[in-house]
Amino acid sequence: MRSLITTFLVFSTAISVMASEIHAPAQITAGKAITLQTSGSGDATFYLIGPAVASKSKVQAGGDIPIDSDRLEHAGRYVAILCASDGCTATNFFVSPAAANRLSFLVHPSRIPVGTSQGISAVAIVRDNFQNLVLKPEPVTFSIMAKDEKPVSAARNSENAFAWVRLTSARKEGPTKLGASIGHADEVRVVQQVAADACNLRIKASRDKHGFLIETDPVHDCSGNPVPDGTVVSFTESDSAGKTTVDVPIKRGVAKVDMPIDGRATITVASGVVTGNALEVSGGQ
Amino acid sequence: MNRLLPIILALVTLVLIILAWFQSGGVERRELQSASAPDKAVQLMFSQIKSHNYDAAYARLANRDDVDKTAFTREFEGSYGSLLTYASLESFDVSPLHTGDQESSVRVRLHYSTALGPLDDVRDLKVQKMGDAWKVFWPVNNGTKLPPQVIAVNYLRWDVIGRGAGDDWGVQNADTPQVRILSMNAIQRPDSVVLVGEVVNEDSVPAFVNVGATLLDAQGNEFAQESSFDKIAHKLLPKQVTPYRIDFPGMRMEKIKNVRMDVKALLVAASADPVIEVNQQKLETDPLGKKVLTGELTDEGGQVVDIPHVIAAYYDANGKVIWVSDGYVAQPLLPQVPVPFAVDLPPDIAKNVHSYHVVVNHYDRVAS
Repeated sequence: MRSLITTFLVFSTAISVMASEIHAPAQITAGKAITLQTSGSGDATFYLIGPAVASKSKVQAGGDIPIDSDRLEHAGRYVAILCASDGCTATNFFVSPAAANRLSFLVHPSRIPVGTSQGISAVAIVRDNFQNLVLKPEPVTFSIMAKDEKPVSAARNSENAFAWVRLTSARKEGPTKLGASIGHADEVRVVQQVAADACNLRIKASRDKHGFLIETDPVHDCSGNPVPDGTVVSFTESDSAGKTTVDVPIKRGVAKVDMPIDGRATITVASGVVTGNALEVSGGQ
Repeated sequence: MNRLLPIILALVTLVLIILAWFQSGGVERRELQSASAPDKAVQLMFSQIKSHNYDAAYARLANRDDVDKTAFTREFEGSYGSLLTYASLESFDVSPLHTGDQESSVRVRLHYSTALGPLDDVRDLKVQKMGDAWKVFWPVNNGTKLPPQVIAVNYLRWDVIGRGAGDDWGVQNADTPQVRILSMNAIQRPDSVVLVGEVVNEDSVPAFVNVGATLLDAQGNEFAQESSFDKIAHKLLPKQVTPYRIDFPGMRMEKIKNVRMDVKALLVAASADPVIEVNQQKLETDPLGKKVLTGELTDEGGQVVDIPHVIAAYYDANGKVIWVSDGYVAQPLLPQVPVPFAVDLPPDIAKNVHSYHVVVNHYDRVAS
């Protein structure tokens, strides 16, 4: 009888020491409301601490505690604490990202010379509707929409929320659209493919009223793309009177300059690090 | 006591007036008023120019009938926002070149203090004896001026629209331009270490470029840092090449183990206009015996260039950049009117110069 009484006292004491408890669901997704179950009785204070939330509220121990969806938008570790008159108890739970539905699409560079091997990098960062990184592999569809050509697409699985491709720029200058899509997200970026360095830079001279008109042939790169207007072409004329240099931007595909030349002169041309032909001309009074 | 204070104040005022008179060169002017030598006449004239007394200076000219007073004043006050409009004549040195009974020649070296640093000008003047006094024969500027007309300019202009503050993260921006250092050469000068070289804008858009250098010692520690400041053409059009120079005053080459170069480029709005032609470039010796690169700048467009800035790179026989020098031109560039320039270079370097490349930078009140 004595041992029975002792057992009863220990058991009842244990129940009173166990006090309140709090339980979270096993699977929680960002942006979804949940209910935490508690045990115990009486007035209690509930604390919720998460990656972007910290709140305190009065609850009844033993009842359910609803947590609104807007307090669970950020994926990560949360701590729920219930403090009643008999002490505090806590539980940790993890909120997983929702379904992949957004992309941050980084394309670099925004301008690239034609024919640059593996020169374009396109990186898609997979997110859910609440900007959480979706870490499990998800298929991202990359597409290339070149001007006057059929779109080409390929899928890449993301790794830790990142999916990427490297591309070689086309042989023809002009804008190319690069796209990436997943879920409802469809992002497009534009890469301007520009002519590479001038190739076979050539000049010709003709007499005009000021002396000589020195003019380049239409300036193209080695793939035949016109070098953009505004690109600087440097003309250098050397004669017995000294040297004349002038940096002229290409206008309508050619660069030209008037040079007064007296006597024999050599004219050379360059654009950036590319040099062209040299001309020997002879001017007179 | 009531009488003493006004007397003291009057004496102090008198002393201050006398001091101010001495300070402003009153004694010198007084002496020069009565001077009868050619160099004294020039000295007097420039003394009056220095104190902005252009009427009196103009009165000292022998050929007033040929020289317009406004044009004479503009030679020292500047025009069109040129460098001289942001300058004052700080001092001058006069030295006789040739002295005759009726005609002499005098060299005057003018030292201006400008917003961009000191500026020197050398003028050789003829002085004529007229009666008892010597008068300065001022060279007549018959520079051609383009008649009023409309010049159609249709060079490219680049404007930039960047990413907005409200755009989402990851939205594409216009990339900064690709620029590259083509060469770098470290030179030990008597009082400094100088880094010279060239930079090219490899992109198809304009770039605002600046080159910096960090010196490292044997332990790999950084111990000095400088930038090219104004010894570079900052705004580079596509495929344009500019020289740069970075000075480390008081530095010795032995202390330097390594140099870390850093070129920064920004995408900027720019215009391909104005095109400035650099004519008749020659390496020669100036009247003061200095080695200089001379030439003429001609603005091919229709826009006035307020402050031209000439930067020259000098190469040895192997095509290596061995020096970079620069200089501001005091006069503005009016459309199609040639303006002379001269930039100096050290004589020990001049003897190794095989070729050179000049670029012209410009600063305007109205940004292009």
